[in-house]
Amino acid sequence: MGIKLTIDGKEVEAKNGATILQTARDYGIYIPTLCDNPALEPYGGCRLCLVEVEGMPKPTTSCTTPITEGMKVKTVTPQVERLRKTVIELLLSDHPNDCMTCERAGDCKLQEFAYFYGLRSNRFYGKRRQYTKQDGNPFLERNMDKCILCGQCVRVCNEVQGVGAIDIAYRGFDAKVCPSFENDLNCEFCGQCVSVCPTGALTGRIWSKKGRTIGIKEVETTCSYCGCGCQLNLHVRGNEIARVSSKPDNHNEGWLCVKGRFGYEFITSPDRLTTPLIKRDGKFTEATWDEAISYVAERFKKIIADNGPDAMAGLSSARCTNEENFLFQKFMRAVVGTNNVDHCARL
Amino acid sequence: MAGLVTVFGSGVMTNSVPETENNDVIFVIGSNTKENHPIVALRMLKAVKKGAKLIIADPRRIPLVKHAHLWLKQRHGTDVALINSILHVMIKEDLINKKFIEERTEGFTTAAAAVEGFTPEVGEKITGVPKEKIIEAARIYAAGKNAAIYYTMGITQHSHGTDNVYSLANLVLMAGNLGRESVGLNPLRGQNNVQGASDMACAPNVFPGYQKVSDDAARAKFEAEWKVKLQDKIGMNAIDMMYAAEAGKLKGLYIMGENPVMSDADQKHTLHALKSLEFLVVQDIFMTQTAELADVVLPAACFAEKDGTFTNTDRRVQRVRKAVNPPGNARDDSWIIMQLSHAMGYEMNYADMSEVFDEVGRLWQNVAGINYRRMEKGGIQWPCPTTDHPGTPYMFKDKFPIGKAKFSAVKFNPSLELPDDEYPFTLSTGRQLLQYHTGTMTRRVKAIDTAAHEAYVEINPADAGRMSIDNGAMVRVSSRRGSITLKAKVTNVPDVGVVFIPFHYSEAAANVLTNPVYDPICKIPELKVCAVKLEKIQEDKNHAA
Ligand code: SF4
Ligand code: SF4
Ligand code: SF4
Ligand code: FES
Repeated sequence: MGIKLTIDGKEVEAKNGATILQTARDYGIYIPTLCDNPALEPYGGCRLCLVEVEGMPKPTTSCTTPITEGMKVKTVTPQVERLRKTVIELLLSDHPNDCMTCERAGDCKLQEFAYFYGLRSNRFYGKRRQYTKQDGNPFLERNMDKCILCGQCVRVCNEVQGVGAIDIAYRGFDAKVCPSFENDLNCEFCGQCVSVCPTGALTGRIWSKKGRTIGIKEVETTCSYCGCGCQLNLHVRGNEIARVSSKPDNHNEGWLCVKGRFGYEFITSPDRLTTPLIKRDGKFTEATWDEAISYVAERFKKIIADNGPDAMAGLSSARCTNEENFLFQKFMRAVVGTNNVDHCARL
Repeated sequence: MAGLVTVFGSGVMTNSVPETENNDVIFVIGSNTKENHPIVALRMLKAVKKGAKLIIADPRRIPLVKHAHLWLKQRHGTDVALINSILHVMIKEDLINKKFIEERTEGFTTAAAAVEGFTPEVGEKITGVPKEKIIEAARIYAAGKNAAIYYTMGITQHSHGTDNVYSLANLVLMAGNLGRESVGLNPLRGQNNVQGASDMACAPNVFPGYQKVSDDAARAKFEAEWKVKLQDKIGMNAIDMMYAAEAGKLKGLYIMGENPVMSDADQKHTLHALKSLEFLVVQDIFMTQTAELADVVLPAACFAEKDGTFTNTDRRVQRVRKAVNPPGNARDDSWIIMQLSHAMGYEMNYADMSEVFDEVGRLWQNVAGINYRRMEKGGIQWPCPTTDHPGTPYMFKDKFPIGKAKFSAVKFNPSLELPDDEYPFTLSTGRQLLQYHTGTMTRRVKAIDTAAHEAYVEINPADAGRMSIDNGAMVRVSSRRGSITLKAKVTNVPDVGVVFIPFHYSEAAANVLTNPVYDPICKIPELKVCAVKLEKIQEDKNHAA
């Protein structure tokens, strides 16, 4: 039996224990949030998700308030809108005006709310946090002056990744997210924290200046590293991969590991083979495809003619696609005429 | 995985990864899941958060141990003894599922007899795991309503790897843990498309879809589709190929995307074999150690540069889509194969890769219902026989492909090379999180190479202290087959008397050391256990920091 309530005059129903925010989301009713993430435990930190509930003296955070029978919720009132606007203003008062060069511009929740609330400069000029500490890890860029302390990175690292590499240290104005003793980050570098960060505080180092949203085409594909087969979105600009992301509604739930998220640089490595090579007198010399193909075909044909098809064999790869493996064994069986075909999957 | 094919009739993961989060008991053996299958590990952690019990059986303190309720630290190569004594406890305490055993299995009596001698005391003596923990593991596993087992190379890369798999199969069969959601036995596949490469029959004894080359009906079907006469004789596997090359019987070898010089168990032998060939063609994205030996090297496209599909560890066929163009004159592997085929007088004409997949579907019922149009909405798990079939998350619901599942009587055989006075350490090899396989891709990712630049050997602090080896000192590791020099990493991940080397580094290739003995059935090499000695390399005093 579900619990019945109304949100913005609409009758809705949800399971006992659900929060107002979860219920609203299920019914497609939008409530702005900065610290909530459906994959993580409710946090109640940003106070952007405030709603008015009939009978309650003050607005309440919808992400932490459980629903009750007959509850009447209003998500948009002049009072909560004013409070939300103040929340954003306060965050901006301690945020560098760096959207011009920020990696996340166009894909940043703080920027988006500032836009919707029409906030350019604000009433709360004051002291700004200064972070001088540079983190030397090779994967993650951590710009802590852009951190809004939503705690998502800390929670994802703990709750989802089971690592607990970072925490919110110090209190009040000095509060910041950092590894213990403010050391350099030394963790699994999965980048889960980067993927949940609502601002430009966390980004990938190799993403720097590769492109943001303009001119980016996203291509959904499958990771080529391990057997998990995570679904990746390659963000492509021109002929180059700018970054990698993953959507929460796929079987890997949007999570990736360090290889899938940051391990694509080999694609543009200068070591890539770019032309067929034929060894002559012990040295490789460049060849055209026509030369290479007819040379290989001639040599294969000669071996088959002289020694029979079973003097030939093929080894294929667990890294190639199904179609390539299918064609490879078809080539060995139907064209060469041997069942001498295997792959190295034993390893 | 031949072991599972024998007992169930199919060697795939019985469940899908998302089901893991509903396990109430998770038994991980011989799998460093957090580093090798990171996303599966996340589902395991999710299950633990929901209250599941996590049992780890691993000689090394792998990262997942931190989250485990019970850690069984068995000695390397003693898995069968461990599982047999768990089975012994289950039988003795009547923790077995008699109804399931009766209805869906055969061979229980002989299997039960084989574990009779494996009391927890015997188990403790062989494995080093305290008998209380063996008993506790049996009770926890048997009490699970949704218990599943996960394993990888730590189980299979042994001279008795098939026995290891048989004993795990005994365990799930005794508990009746098969044929339902979230219960089962799950071999996690290492590389991205191991499942697909097996399905597509890059294997000497079968056509795609595990249809035997010796089966007349199967052969006739393929002959009709391919319009050519096919051989009925089983071909050579990868290991036999190397021996045949050395013997001069194999003249030509065509390698697509593999690097056996680095990944095979005995590097010297592989090098010699490949050099003995008359003609070697290697098709790859980089000049690998294997490609160096080739007569012709053909430049291929990488995953981001082509269309196709991969089949992941839980049988999910998923699209690979072209995002960028390959560099220079590099070409799709499929294009190269088709060109070669034309040049040798056989027409292969496909407008695109979806047509190739459709041909697979015509020849193999289990993917007949999968096509590129359907995959636009996401991957589909085979078996999927018709286009209105949703795919199959878990296997063996009503029956096994061979009818009744087979128990096996499994004897314990120690690893073939155990430590002795001359070679007092056990060496185990494996992967680490940052690098991948033989390192051809990951070592060309700057950030990864910065963070995991060098080869290393993990040594327990007690051994390091005894031999005065400091963290970061250079050591020589030697086995009966060769020696390599690399940095010591002093850590309590391996136990006393055990060292571990990741196999990604060509300058300190672990397969110079490993023992090229193979499981007699699966032909998987014993990469997990061999005996080595360590020597500290005396530093030049002037350079000592
Ligand atoms: S990269 Fe992963 S492990 Fe490291 S801090 Fe972020 S979430 Fe934690
Ligand atoms: S770094 Fe990002 S995710 Fe972490 S607390 Fe700051 S804003 Fe939130
Ligand atoms: S992202 Fe990591 S876990 Fe996922 S498939 Fe790739 S390598 Fe495996
Ligand atoms: S979303 Fe509710 S307080 Fe942040």
